This record gives sequence, C-alpha cells and structure tokens, in this order.
Amino acid sequence: MDLTLTDLSHRYGPLQVLDGVSLDIEHGRILCIVGPSGCGKSTLLRMIGGLERPSGGAVLQTGAVPAGCLNPLTFIFQDFALLPWRSVSGNVSLVLEDHGLNAQQKTEIIDDVLARTKLSEFREALPRQLSGGMKQRVAIARALAVNPAVMLMDEPLSALDAQTRELLMDDLVALWTRTPFTAVYVTHNLTEAVRLGHRIVVLSRRPGRIREIVEIDMPLADRRAGDPVLEAHQAHLWQLMRDEAVAADMELLNG
Amino acid sequence: MADAHPTPVPFRGGGFRPVRVRGVGIAVFVVLVALAEWGTRTGFISSLTLPRPSDVGATLIDLARSGMLWTHLVPSLTRLAVGSVLGVSAGIGVGVLIGLFSLIRAGLIPLVAALFPIPKIALLPLFVIWFGIDEGSKYALIALGTFTPTVVATYGAVDNVDRTLIRMGQSFGLRWWSIVRKIVLPGALPGILSGLRISVAIGIILLVAAEMLGAEYGIGAYILQAGALYDLERLFAGVVILSALGVATSAAIGWAERRLLAWRS
Repeated sequence: MDLTLTDLSHRYGPLQVLDGVSLDIEHGRILCIVGPSGCGKSTLLRMIGGLERPSGGAVLQTGAVPAGCLNPLTFIFQDFALLPWRSVSGNVSLVLEDHGLNAQQKTEIIDDVLARTKLSEFREALPRQLSGGMKQRVAIARALAVNPAVMLMDEPLSALDAQTRELLMDDLVALWTRTPFTAVYVTHNLTEAVRLGHRIVVLSRRPGRIREIVEIDMPLADRRAGDPVLEAHQAHLWQLMRDEAVAADMELLNG
Repeated sequence: MADAHPTPVPFRGGGFRPVRVRGVGIAVFVVLVALAEWGTRTGFISSLTLPRPSDVGATLIDLARSGMLWTHLVPSLTRLAVGSVLGVSAGIGVGVLIGLFSLIRAGLIPLVAALFPIPKIALLPLFVIWFGIDEGSKYALIALGTFTPTVVATYGAVDNVDRTLIRMGQSFGLRWWSIVRKIVLPGALPGILSGLRISVAIGIILLVAAEMLGAEYGIGAYILQAGALYDLERLFAGVVILSALGVATSAAIGWAERRLLAWRS
C-alpha cells in the first residue's frame, strides 16, 4: 500500500498551519519529517493517519493492504499512550481484541511482538513499573502486533533521556533491518532524522511548506553516531532549519 | 561574609506534604470520649446537656442483647442499599451519557444543576403520594439524593479521561463500544469512586430523614422516638450507629479503591 499526499493544507480558524504539502510515501522506507516547533508536523502526521481532517487537499492510499494487516495506518505516540490499568501483554492485546482472533492467535502474536521488542519477561508488569524506554518499547510492540502497512511515529523518542533514545534508535534500526517497514517519522531532533531516515523532509515554519527533501543512501545498519557523512547531512539540515527556528521562536503563540 | 567559620546551609524544604500518622485519629476520639465521661461523672457537664458515654455504651449493648438493634438496623440497611444502588447506577449511567454525547450533555446538565440544590427531604410528601407511604417513597428519596452527586462526579470523571488514550484507541481502529468499555470507563473509575463517597454519605442523611417522617422501625425512627422522650442515651446510641455506618461505608469504598485502582502509582 502506498500513500500520496496531494496539496495538503490545514488551518485552525484564521491560522494557516500547513500549506500545499505534496509528498509520496515510499514502500519499505522511513520518511522523516523535521521542522521547527509549531510548523504543523504533528498535524500533518495526524492527517496522514486519519485522526484529523485536512482543510484542503487529500491523503490518498493506493494498492492493497498487505495480508494479515489489522490496522494499516498505526501510530506510535510521544507520550506512549499505554492504558495504565492494563499489563504489558494486556496493552498489546487491546488492539487485537476487536478483530475476531481466537485466544491462541492472540497469544501467538503477543509472544512474537514481545520477543521482538525484548519484553517477554515483563508480560505482566504494569506501565507504572516500567521506565520510559520500556514503555515506548511496549508501544512499539503494540504497533507491530497489528502488522501495519505504514507506521506513523510522532516524536516517539522525544520524551526519553539521551541514553535511552540512543538505545531505542538501535532497536528501531534492528527491527527495520530484520523486516523493513514503511514509516513516517516526525521529529525535531536532527540526529534521529539522519540516523533513521531514508528520506528527510524539511518543513518551513508556519505555515508549513516543504523546503527541501534530503535523501540519505547509507544503509540504516551502517549508520553510527559521529559518522562524517551523517554529520555533514545534519549540519546541512541545521543550516536549513536554523533561521526558521529562530524566527519561529520569536513568534507569539496563537499570534 | 564576616564570619569565616563554615556553617551548614539551613534546611528550608519539607512540610506541605501530608504524611500518614497512625493512631492519632483514634487518640483524638478516645480523649474526647474520656473528657465527656470525666465531665459527666464530676458534674462539670450536666446530665441534661450530654449523656455519660458509658451509659450510651450500656444502651447499645442492651439494644444488641434484646435483638432490637437488628430490628432497627436491617430495614435501615435495606433502604440504604436499595435506594443508593438505584440512584448510583442511574447516576453513573446518565453521567457517562452526558460525558459521551454532546446533545445529552446540553439537555441534561441544566436539569441536573436544577435538581442538585433542591433539599430532597422537602419532596418527601410528594414522594409519599407518588410511591406510597411504605418503602417506595423512602427508596425514591434516597435514590434521587444519591443520583445527582453521582451524575456530576461521573461526567466530570469522563471528561477527565486522558484524551490521548482515546485518540490511541481510535488510531488502532477500536470499535466505539470498545473505546467506551476499555478506555473511558476504567479511566473514569477513580473519579466515580470518589463521587460515591459523597453520594453514600448523602444517602445516609436522607435515610434518617425519611425514617423520621414515617417508619416504625429503622435507626431514624429509633432516634426520633428517643428524642421525643428526651432519652439522651438512646438518642446518642442511634447517632453512634449512624457514625459507624458512615465509617463502614467509607471503609468499604476505600477497600474497593485499593482493589480496583491498584494500577495507580
């Protein structure tokens, strides 16, 4: 299944937040969207996932949904969005319960995704017992459980500390290397963008427009912190964003 | 600094955080009862003002021995249970509907706001006409009294359910009913249970009021008879039973909270 955004724009009342965004989301690759705060990147992601209605333009899906896919467009949220009253396996089970699977099928899926996210030992733990990194791994496991066509990741590592973020980036790379998935990854963190993005879309400040699209050819598994090629990409991206970020910072909110 | 001698930085934190202190509640209670006992024995407090606590205790024991305690307690507990189960379950139902549907919210919130401040006891004569002089009117009074605070607590609790969890449910394509059952209701449960404390306390107040206005047996009737005869020991014995009832229901809700809300940190 492929997604195409055609001339997407959005306004909250008189405030134009997105303007004429057209983009192809390619199968099996990670597309990063970066931009200064308030440029509408999260709004864009919510529109791609059907949680918000665009004021103009459309998000089009073409092609069949892959076999065994329970929820084609699946989110991973910044604040994890785990049900605090359900255990780790209960949180994964939640998204399988409406699909008429029998108990054995559900257990198989839960066992599989918890093993892939290294959470098998913590099946019965409650979210309050888990660290931030573990909570996000549960959310990743939950997303994998529905076998999505496209993963929509809204700043998934922004609520975590730097070390945990580094570890989780490695986990994501390992997951992608094992079975490549399609993802749209929104972040304001350029390090994450150059480590995880095959393609990086830079949005301008409000109203968000596409400023530039950067392709990085290096395989994800070869990318290391401090790699000179990545550093150069990151410096280039920062150059693009810097002025926008300064201007965005000086704007009054809702002004 | 003029003084070269090093001194420790003074501690300025602390306080403003309730800590659990055991036994103080009971100590306050014991001291007050002991004071009353001492006062009535020495004559410092006249026996017309306050009965002697030991006499109240003896009255309670007599009441239990003669079996009259159960004769009064069973109808009272039945009325409280039936009335508040009716009121609380209707209240939770309506509160959830108000929380979920804008149309129902717009229609019912003003109605609930209009019902809430009415002293329900004032409606008892009306209820007697509607539901009969027997148990019906008492159930209705307690049900209405517990209904309004439950509605208010419930829709407030539903409003406070974390919206990101609901978005999450929608983003995974959960059915509407699944979102309500698995996300909204468990998320609203803490608020509903704390509303329940208030509702049940109001239920006890109305129980006594209803029994004072027309009942042969019941704690309220017992207190009314004692008051008419100016029998302070029996009056206070009745009051002690009511307090115990309040403490017991509060403890029961606390127990339910610990069991059902163990997931809270």
